[in-house]
Amino acid sequence: MRAIYKRELRSYFTGFTGYLFLALMLLFAGIYVSIINLTNAYPTFEFTLYNMDYVYLIILPILTMRVFAEDRRRHTSELLYSMPLRLSSIVLGKYFALVTVLAIPCIVFCCFPAIFSLYGTVNLMTSYSSIFAFFLMGAALLAVGMFLSSLTESQVVAAVLSFGAVLLSYLMASLTAYIPASAYHSLFYFVIVILLCAVIIRFLTKSTFFAACCAIVAELLLTILYICKASLFEGLFAKFLSALSVFSRYENFMAGLFDFAGLVYYFTIIVLFLLFSVFSLERRRWC
Amino acid sequence: MIEVQNLTKRYGATIAVDHLTMTIEDHHIYGFLGPNGAGKTTTLHMITGCLAADSGNVKIDGYDILRAPLQAKSRIGYLPEQPPLYDDMTPEEFLRFVGEAKGLRGKKLRTAVDSVMERTSIADMRRRLIRNLSKGYRQRVGIAQAILGDPATVILDEPTVGLDPLQVTEMRTLIRELAQSHTVVFSSHILSEVSALCDRVLILAQGHLLAEDTPEHLSAHMPGLHRLIVTVRGEPDAAVSRLRQLPDTTVVILSSTGTETQIQLESASDRRESVSAALAAAGIPLLGMTLETATLEDVFLDLTRSETSEEFKEEV
Repeated sequence: MRAIYKRELRSYFTGFTGYLFLALMLLFAGIYVSIINLTNAYPTFEFTLYNMDYVYLIILPILTMRVFAEDRRRHTSELLYSMPLRLSSIVLGKYFALVTVLAIPCIVFCCFPAIFSLYGTVNLMTSYSSIFAFFLMGAALLAVGMFLSSLTESQVVAAVLSFGAVLLSYLMASLTAYIPASAYHSLFYFVIVILLCAVIIRFLTKSTFFAACCAIVAELLLTILYICKASLFEGLFAKFLSALSVFSRYENFMAGLFDFAGLVYYFTIIVLFLLFSVFSLERRRWC
Repeated sequence: MIEVQNLTKRYGATIAVDHLTMTIEDHHIYGFLGPNGAGKTTTLHMITGCLAADSGNVKIDGYDILRAPLQAKSRIGYLPEQPPLYDDMTPEEFLRFVGEAKGLRGKKLRTAVDSVMERTSIADMRRRLIRNLSKGYRQRVGIAQAILGDPATVILDEPTVGLDPLQVTEMRTLIRELAQSHTVVFSSHILSEVSALCDRVLILAQGHLLAEDTPEHLSAHMPGLHRLIVTVRGEPDAAVSRLRQLPDTTVVILSSTGTETQIQLESASDRRESVSAALAAAGIPLLGMTLETATLEDVFLDLTRSETSEEFKEEV
């Protein structure tokens, strides 16, 4: 894992991606700090971060697009597979390198509240916890982007997928307001979601039988649940969608709350998508 | 030692490798021969763990490549067809990365990297970016990567493809040197290369192993391929009619200048003695005689022609 981590981290700074990422993060932070904190004299750095969170939409795909796609295109994936390394250590090595790059601007951000506190009263606790949450949200989105990069050998496709996923998650909170809340509608949407999942399972396992079994079992359970307790389904789909919104979890931190559930949520996403990446790498050996 | 048992791989409806069973013994140079699309790369990918087989298993020194991948993989070095290199690194950095991934640390890593750079003669290029290296040097870095950590077996997939004639010669010398301390398996579709380098040949076509033997044995067992070129003085008619009386021999006139005639005889066994005796009895002056035994090329063509391959397999 150490070898992969060192190589990956190095590769961000021998090319321009690492510098581009740092430059964009610091540029946006600089603009928002000068407008919100300096010009308008707000002492809250969390407010600044809240306003610039959409930056992740544009610049996280820059980092994640090449993670696995590049290896596949350059055939270095064959090297990784043939060396005595576990797939999990390849994934972790690459992921920690990504997180390290993300940590650099976040460490720079830590200077801002300290500087502000020299000129007035600043709630350092909320400021730093919001920086931490901002970092953690980025780390969760990096895990998602890395997984998407493992699905394709084209960096462009990886970037577009990653951008799409982050954008969807970004818009999810506002989209849920338009979802009909009735139990019947929820059931209908869940049926569609299960079918979509079955298609993805079919794609990942190449087994139509397995995917069909999964779909049938899931649909049956869903129907039984609906028949037994239809009231459970009221507004459930909207709740389900808002659970997918990585960005809305972050708002609690912005409001000055240390949201422990939010932390658990981000760690869950990270672990889940790292596992997916390992599966995806393993799957590639089978086809 | 690499044991491959019943290895099968399908891509959709086509079978790339079909129940392949073979054993690669230590201390030999194996040539893995087959036309394009025979399943060579797929087989090598499965042996090295880059690809999982649909069925069958691969054991390296007794370790299964899927069940005990770390132990198995540390015993082989692999150079795929496209050298897997990071262009943004120098050979030295790249080899340090590979060495570290293979579990070498500190002084051990440094000496291992220095020694493989020495062995593959890339020490002069150690600080240049791999991106700027020629194809020959890139291939060398690829080999250096494979032999790093001193694996017992080195597997090279088409190591001479895309090299110029001088680089090809250098690569062959390098492979011979490697064979002194490693078991070498290399795939190729160039027959002369295999017969020049290998002491064992594995012939693969359409995912089947057609033959496994030394190049000499394969040639010797080739039926119907003792070809004799005979040059005699004078018109062809007398000589040909005399030679046609020899049993089981086909006679073809290759050229005739009036004073000298070249005749080709093909037979199942060596007929040099009977030919010279027959010509001497007829009073025809014999100017020269050359025996051509089957080359690996003939064996290969014969084996990969599906209609004859089955009989030959039994005979071998």
